Amino acid sequence: MAREFVRTVDVPQRPPPARVANFWAVWRDRVAPSPLSAVATVVIALVVASTVWTVVDWAVIRAVWSAPDRTLCSEPGAGACWPFADARKLQWVYGLYPIDQRWRPNIVFTVGALSLAGLLIPKVPGKLWNGIFFFSVFPVLAVALLLGGFAGLSFVETTSWGGFLVTLIASFTSIVVSLPLGVALAIGRQSELPIVKLLCTIFIETVRGVPLVLVLFMAVNMLPLFLTPGTVPNKFAIVLVGVALFFSAYMAEVVRGGLQAMPKGQYEAANALGLHYWKLMTFIILPQALKIVIPSIVNTFIGVVQNTTLVLVVGIFDLLNMVNAGFNDATWASPQTGNTGYFSLAVIYWVICFAISRYSLYIERRLNVGHER
Amino acid sequence: MTTAAGSAVKMVGVNKWFSQFHVLRDINLDVGKGERIVICGPSGSGKSTLIRCINRLEDHQQGEIIVDGIPLTANLKNIDDVRREVGMVFQQFNLFPHLTVLENCTLAPIWVRKTPKAEAEENAIRFLTRVKIPEQALKYPGQLSGGQQQRVAIARALCMNPKIMLFDEPTSALDPEMIKEVLDVMVDLAEGGMTMLCVTHEMAFARQVADRVIFMDQGQIVEENEPNEFFKNPKSPRTKLFLEQILH
Repeated sequence: MAREFVRTVDVPQRPPPARVANFWAVWRDRVAPSPLSAVATVVIALVVASTVWTVVDWAVIRAVWSAPDRTLCSEPGAGACWPFADARKLQWVYGLYPIDQRWRPNIVFTVGALSLAGLLIPKVPGKLWNGIFFFSVFPVLAVALLLGGFAGLSFVETTSWGGFLVTLIASFTSIVVSLPLGVALAIGRQSELPIVKLLCTIFIETVRGVPLVLVLFMAVNMLPLFLTPGTVPNKFAIVLVGVALFFSAYMAEVVRGGLQAMPKGQYEAANALGLHYWKLMTFIILPQALKIVIPSIVNTFIGVVQNTTLVLVVGIFDLLNMVNAGFNDATWASPQTGNTGYFSLAVIYWVICFAISRYSLYIERRLNVGHER
Repeated sequence: MTTAAGSAVKMVGVNKWFSQFHVLRDINLDVGKGERIVICGPSGSGKSTLIRCINRLEDHQQGEIIVDGIPLTANLKNIDDVRREVGMVFQQFNLFPHLTVLENCTLAPIWVRKTPKAEAEENAIRFLTRVKIPEQALKYPGQLSGGQQQRVAIARALCMNPKIMLFDEPTSALDPEMIKEVLDVMVDLAEGGMTMLCVTHEMAFARQVADRVIFMDQGQIVEENEPNEFFKNPKSPRTKLFLEQILH
C-alpha cells in the first residue's frame, strides 16, 4: 500500500513519550555504555575514593582534636592539628589588631556584611541608598574606625592590621575600584579621541605586561623615591592602590570584550533616536555588554581575592601571611602544623570564591529572565 | 518638483566614498513635505547609504544635505536637531533587547526630548495601539515575532514625533506572513501625511502609496517617476532589466 504523505485527517496533539529515568538506563547509556567506559568509570571512581579517603583520614580520623600544645600533634601518625587552628583563629581574623580593640573590626565586619547582604538579595528594598552607603560612606567610616586616633579611640597603625581583615579590605578595595575604572578604561580605549585612546591603551598594556609581585615591590620601594623626602607613605595604602590599578587593567580588557560583542545596529538605533554618547553608553551599550561578560568579570573578582595573598611579599600580613606566621610559634611547631594551617586556608578561600561564583550564576539566570523566548 | 511648501529633504551634488569606492555619485534629490518616496535598486546601488546620510548615520564628503531647513554638516548641534526630526526603521529592527517594549519606546522621549515619564508612557501606548500591539508593552523584544518587533521599532521612532520617517528595507528580514502586518502600518502612516523615504522592494506598496519612485544603480539616481509611469514605461534599460527580474 502506498504511504500517505498528505494528511486527510488532523493528527491530534499527544503528550511526549514518558522519559525513562530509571537508574539502570542512566547507568547503561551514560556511565558504562561499553566495557572500556566501564573500566574507565571504575578507575576514576577508585582515584576519587582514595583521594577523598586520604583527606578524610588526615583531617578527621587521625586528626588531633584537643591538645594544650604540640606534643600530641608531633606523635608519628598524627593527622591534622586542629587545636593549633583553634588557638590561632582570632589572630587569623584580626592579625595583630589590639585585642581590647577588636570590637572595631567587628563593627566594620557586621555593618559591611549587613549592607552587602542588602545589596545582593534582590528582595531587600533601598538598593540606591544602600549602594551609596556601601560604596562611598562605608569605606570612609571603616577606615576611620579601624585607624582611630580621634574621639578617644586609640590610634591603630595599619601595620597592626592583619589576617582576614586585611584580605577583606584589599579584596573589597580592588573589586570596588577595578570595575568602574576598568569600564572607564575600556570605553577610553574605544574612544574616537586619539589622546584618550592612546593613554588608556598605554596604561592597560603597561600594567598587563608586568607581574603583580613586581608592581607591589616597585610601589613599596620605588614610589618613595619620587615623593618629597621625609614623607613616609603608608605602605598598606600604596599596596591597595597598586593592586586596584593592576586589576583595573585586566577588568578593562574584559569589559572591552563585551563592548566588541555589541552589534553595530544598537549604536545606530540609539544614534538615530538622538541619544548622545554618554546616554547611549549608559542605557544601551553598557547594560548589555556587562551582562555578556559577567562570567569573565567574576573570574577577575575571584582572581582579585586570591591574588591579594601576594601582598605578603612586601611584608603585609594578610590571611595567608598571618597563618604562615603562626608556624613559628614554639608551642605549636609540629610536622602537621603547616598542613593544618594551609588546609584551613584552602577551605576558607574555596568557600569565599565558590560563593562568589554561585552568586554570579544566580544573577546571570535572573538577568536572562524575559530576554529569552 | 515641490518647493513651494519648502523641502523636507534637499540633497544637492552629494558624493560619498567608502575608502576608494564611490558609493554615492552626484545625488540631487528634493523631497517635499508630506511626500512619500520609494527608493529601489539592485543591492550595492547605494540606496541604504543614501537614506542613512539623511540622519547622518553616514557622513557625506561633498555636496549639501538640508533636512527640514537644517544643513547637515559636522556641526553636532545640527546633527542633533536633524536626528530629533527624523525617525528611522532598520531592516534588523535594532530594538534594545534588555528593555521592555514600553521602555524601548519611552527611552528617547524621556532622555532626548525631556518628556515627563508618565506623558512619554501615555504617548508610547498611543503609538503601540496605532501599530496594533499595545498588549505587548511589558514584554521584551525577544518574546515577540519579527513582524511585531518591526512594528515596535516603528512605534519607537514615532514616539519622538518625527517629521520625516526613513525606512531601510523594513520587511526584508521578515517571514512572508509577517510582511503584510508591517506594510499595513506603513500604509496607515502614509495616509496620515507623514513624509516618508522607504528603501523597499515591495512594489505593491510603492504602487499604493508612493508619490514618486526612485531607481538607483551604481551610486546614481538613474530614474525617477510617479509609480504608474515608473512601472509601465521605465525609460532606462537598467530599470527595465531590474523590473523584469522582480515582477516576473
